[in-house]
Amino acid sequence: MIGECRVRGVQGGKLSYRRQGTIMLAIQVIKRSGTTQAISAAPGISLREALRSHGIDELVALCGGCCSCATCHVYVEHGPQGMDQVGSPDEDDLLDCSVHRQPNSRLSCQIALDDTTGPLVIRIAPAD
Amino acid sequence: MQRADVLIVGAGHGGAQAAAALRENGFQGSVMMVGREPDMPYERPPLSKEYLAREKEFDRILIRTAQFWEDKRIAMLLGTEVVGIDPAAKVATLSSGRTIGYGFLIWATGGDPRRLSCSGADLVGVHAVRTHEDADRLMHQLDGGARRVVVIGGGYIGLEAAAVLTKLGCSVVLLEALPRVLARVAGESLSAFYQAEHRAHGVDLRTGSSVECIEGDGTKVTGVRLHDGEVIGADLVIVGIGVVPCVAPLIAAGATGRNGVDVDNFCRTSLPDVYAIGDCAAHANRFADHETIRLESVQNAVDMATTAAKSICGLVAPYEATPWFWSNQYDLRLQTVGLSTGHDEAILRGSPASRSFSVIYRRKGMVVALDCVNMVKDYVQGRRLVESRAQVDRGALEDIYQPLKEL
Repeated sequence: MIGECRVRGVQGGKLSYRRQGTIMLAIQVIKRSGTTQAISAAPGISLREALRSHGIDELVALCGGCCSCATCHVYVEHGPQGMDQVGSPDEDDLLDCSVHRQPNSRLSCQIALDDTTGPLVIRIAPAD
Repeated sequence: MQRADVLIVGAGHGGAQAAAALRENGFQGSVMMVGREPDMPYERPPLSKEYLAREKEFDRILIRTAQFWEDKRIAMLLGTEVVGIDPAAKVATLSSGRTIGYGFLIWATGGDPRRLSCSGADLVGVHAVRTHEDADRLMHQLDGGARRVVVIGGGYIGLEAAAVLTKLGCSVVLLEALPRVLARVAGESLSAFYQAEHRAHGVDLRTGSSVECIEGDGTKVTGVRLHDGEVIGADLVIVGIGVVPCVAPLIAAGATGRNGVDVDNFCRTSLPDVYAIGDCAAHANRFADHETIRLESVQNAVDMATTAAKSICGLVAPYEATPWFWSNQYDLRLQTVGLSTGHDEAILRGSPASRSFSVIYRRKGMVVALDCVNMVKDYVQGRRLVESRAQVDRGALEDIYQPLKEL
C-alpha cells in the first residue's frame, strides 16, 4: 500500500485519492534521520495514529493521544491552511514543553485526518 | 532449547518500549517478548477511559501494529508466562514447561490487581480494570443491562471508571475506606475537589466506608455489605484497590526485593544480566529524596524500559526521569509532575470553584510536585520548578497572574 501512494512533491496537486472505495490520504514523513517515508492513511484517525500504524517508531506518544504530554511533536512543513497552527490553548501550552518548538509545531495527536487533509508533509521533531 | 539474546517478560507498556528501544539503539541480536495476555502490547490507561466509554475500539489502543513487531524482528510469545528462572544457567521456564535460554532478561510484568480478601470476591460480576479481558467482561455485563454499579476504591482507576459509568447512565456508588479519595497520591484539596465533582455528577461517593463482604445469589453478585450492616444492591462491582507486583519467580530465583524487586539506577536487579522495569521495580528515586519506591505509571514503565535497553546496548544513561502522570475524568484533565509523597505544604494556586487550578506541593520549602487540573500551563511551566527543587516564595506560587516560568 505504501508503494502505491508515492508523493513526488508537495506542489503535485490533489494527493488524496480514492482506493477501493476509500479515500486514502498521502502523507510524506521526514524522519529524524532525514529520510522520507511516504505513508497513506484512511481519514477518521489522528496523524499520530497514522504514524503509529506505519511503524514510525520515533514518536513515543506516551499518553496515547489525549493531549496530556508532548511526546508526539511534529512540524507541519506543508499542509492545508491552518494545519501548522495549534488547535487549542492546551496544545499550545504543551508544546512549550519542548525546547525544539517552532512556529509550525503541532502535537500529532491533535491533527485529525479527514477527506480535506493533504497534501501533507510533516517532519518528526527531535526528542526532548 | 530456544534462546533469545534478550528475553522480555511482560508485553505491556514497559515490555513494548524495551523492545522498541533495543532496536532504536542498534541492538542486532534476537529479542523475544513473552506476554501473559493473548493480545499484542496495548495501552492500558484507556481501559478505564476511552475504551470503556467506547470512544476508541481496541485496534486504536495497540501500542504498535503487528507489522511493526515483525519488521523489528521482535518474536512474540503470547498467552503464556514465565514461572521460573535459573539465573546461573540463564534459562526461563514457561507455564507450559517449555524453557527459553537468555543472554539478558528484562522483567516487565507489572502488577496484578489487588483482590478483596473478604467473602464474595470471586463472584461473577466482580471486576478489576487492568486488562483488555477485564474491560470486555465489564462491558459485556453493561450490554446485558447491568446498571447498578459499586466501585470499591477511590484511586485513579476507581474514579475514572465511576466517571465513565455515570456518563453511560449507570447509578454508581463509590466506596473509599480512607477519609478521602486519592489519599495515597494527592493532597487534601485535590481530594476534596474530586469528591465534590463526582457527587455533582451523581456519584454516591462515600469515604470512610469499609466493605464487610460481597453478597451474591450463589454465582453472581447481588450487593456489597458494609461494616455498618448496610447492603448496597449491585449488578456489578469494580475493585480498584491497587496492584501487587508480579515478581514471585524473580524473588524465588534469589533476586532481592521486599515490595517488588530491587533495581539499581540502570534497572539491574541483583541477579546477573536480569533487569526489571515498570510497576514492579523498586528503585531509589531522585524525586522521592532517593527513597526506594515503586511507581505505577506509563511514564515510569517507558522511561525505565529505555534505561534498561540502553544499558544492554552499552550506553550509560542512568534512570532519573521526571515522574509525570495524567488522569481524565468528566471534562477534567489532571496532570501531575513530580511526587507529592512526603510534602509538608500544599499551596493552592487558583480556585477549585473555577475548575481550573493547581496544587503545588513543597517539602522543606522546595517545590516537589504539582497537581494541575485543566491548567496545562502550570503543568508545563512547573516542571522546571520540580526538577530544580526550586525554593519559591509562597505568595508568588499563589499568584495566578504570575506565570510559573518567571519564578
